[in-house]
Amino acid sequence: MIIAERKPIEEILGLLSKHQKVLVLGCGGCVTVCLAGGEKEVGILSSQLTMARSKEERPLEIVQKTIERQCDFEYFEGIRHIVKDVDAILSLACGIGIQTCAEAFPDKIVWPGVNTKFLGVNLNVGEWAERCQACGQCVLDKTGGICPVARCSKSIFNGPCGGSQDGKCEVSPDTDCAWALIHDRLTRLGEVDSLREILPVKDWSYSRDGGPRKLVREDLELESGK
Amino acid sequence: MKAGSKLERMLESGNFTVTGEIGPPKSCNGEIVRHHARMLKGYCESYNLTDNQTAIVRLSSIAAGKILLEEDCEPNIQIVCRDRNRIAIQSDVLGATALGMKNILCLSGDHQKFGNHPTSKNVYDVDSIQLIKILDGMRNGYFANGEEMKDEPPKIFIGCAANPFADPFEFRVTRLEKKADAGADFTQTQCVLDMERFERWMELVRARGLHKRIKILAGITPLKSVKAAKYMNKYVAGMMVSQEYIDRLEKAEDVKAEGVNIACEQIEYLKKMEGIAGVHIMAIAWEEIVPEICKRTGLNPRPEV
Repeated sequence: MIIAERKPIEEILGLLSKHQKVLVLGCGGCVTVCLAGGEKEVGILSSQLTMARSKEERPLEIVQKTIERQCDFEYFEGIRHIVKDVDAILSLACGIGIQTCAEAFPDKIVWPGVNTKFLGVNLNVGEWAERCQACGQCVLDKTGGICPVARCSKSIFNGPCGGSQDGKCEVSPDTDCAWALIHDRLTRLGEVDSLREILPVKDWSYSRDGGPRKLVREDLELESGK
Repeated sequence: MKAGSKLERMLESGNFTVTGEIGPPKSCNGEIVRHHARMLKGYCESYNLTDNQTAIVRLSSIAAGKILLEEDCEPNIQIVCRDRNRIAIQSDVLGATALGMKNILCLSGDHQKFGNHPTSKNVYDVDSIQLIKILDGMRNGYFANGEEMKDEPPKIFIGCAANPFADPFEFRVTRLEKKADAGADFTQTQCVLDMERFERWMELVRARGLHKRIKILAGITPLKSVKAAKYMNKYVAGMMVSQEYIDRLEKAEDVKAEGVNIACEQIEYLKKMEGIAGVHIMAIAWEEIVPEICKRTGLNPRPEV
């Protein structure tokens, strides 16, 4: 899931300072699950914004709406009539949703209301952790199902480096050393000897380093008759 | 001979080898490097030049290496994977060898969080073991992409680090083995400040016959204060200082002198340890103590090779 965190209220107030009427737009996808930009958060943020602007004696009119997903163009169709009447949209979707929203409404200002943090997992109430960097060529088969790209601070492939102690990363005592986790898991599985193999340099062209990525599946295109 | 450096020749001769370390300054003042080179000249076979150590911007290791060559001292260029991708690293390797540098030490590098630019982006295009492999490929005439060099390959004596004080303990031996497999010729260990753990590690190293495949230089760092010793033990990931040494420093009237005593005793002890080819003396910000340590342990004058 994509993990996001709402931007500080002061920052959002700054973004909206010149507007009188805005749409606070939530998303029913990942940001709802990680409690950053779903219907509930739209409501809370809208009250905060209204109150803050009333105090400044510059009232802000807010329209609240949460759509199924902001990463799909089709869900924006149903809100065109709302968008028409506002100065700007404050999107509480992840970075993908915010951009899709802006693309769906090319003549409307779209502000980001959250910081998109990472692709991760919910560990506990209020606690999330990164798990994937979408590097484009999965190596989890070689690393006991634990990703060194996302979870090692140095993204190394033949760890652990010399900064691993007591299972923790040199970067912080709160960070698990991914390679210690890989080592321990493979030991448990009786596969630790597989780590004697040197993993070769990675082909980063499948990752962001190859430029913005796009996926085209001809089988699906053909199926849809396009 | 891989590169024919003095370091390589000394290690091959079987003499107990000594390497040192010079940390380039946080300025363009090359005279500081020159000053240390003159101070340490003749005491070590080669001198490591750190590559922006602890992720703090410093005069570049290759530029500092050039100053060492001018002073007739042999450099050992450190290259970390943190700041450069495979294109820049290979270019620097060609440049360093063109200037006459023959020893290169491959390291992961401290995370930039510890340095003076914690908001920077790190690279880690390759890791330290992959870097060793790239350098081994280069000295055999191939770039990292497999392309054959049209000209003479660079002659490189390849080094790496080993840290017996990091975890998981047993895997530290496997990691050294991977470095040997990748093509490393010698390794310099993290500062040995817990001899008991170091000996246990060496037992595992010998059990796998690794000391016959890669030359092992034990890291020596003279302790300067009780505070520093405790700090390293508690807060520096991958470092351990035994209670015995801390106690000795605490009881000593002259703490620095006791630190030097410990270092000298360690060297004498390591000289007799099977599989130890020499010592790597890291006295950063205390370079002037190196001559005394070398003289007291009979490591000076150096044998001719």
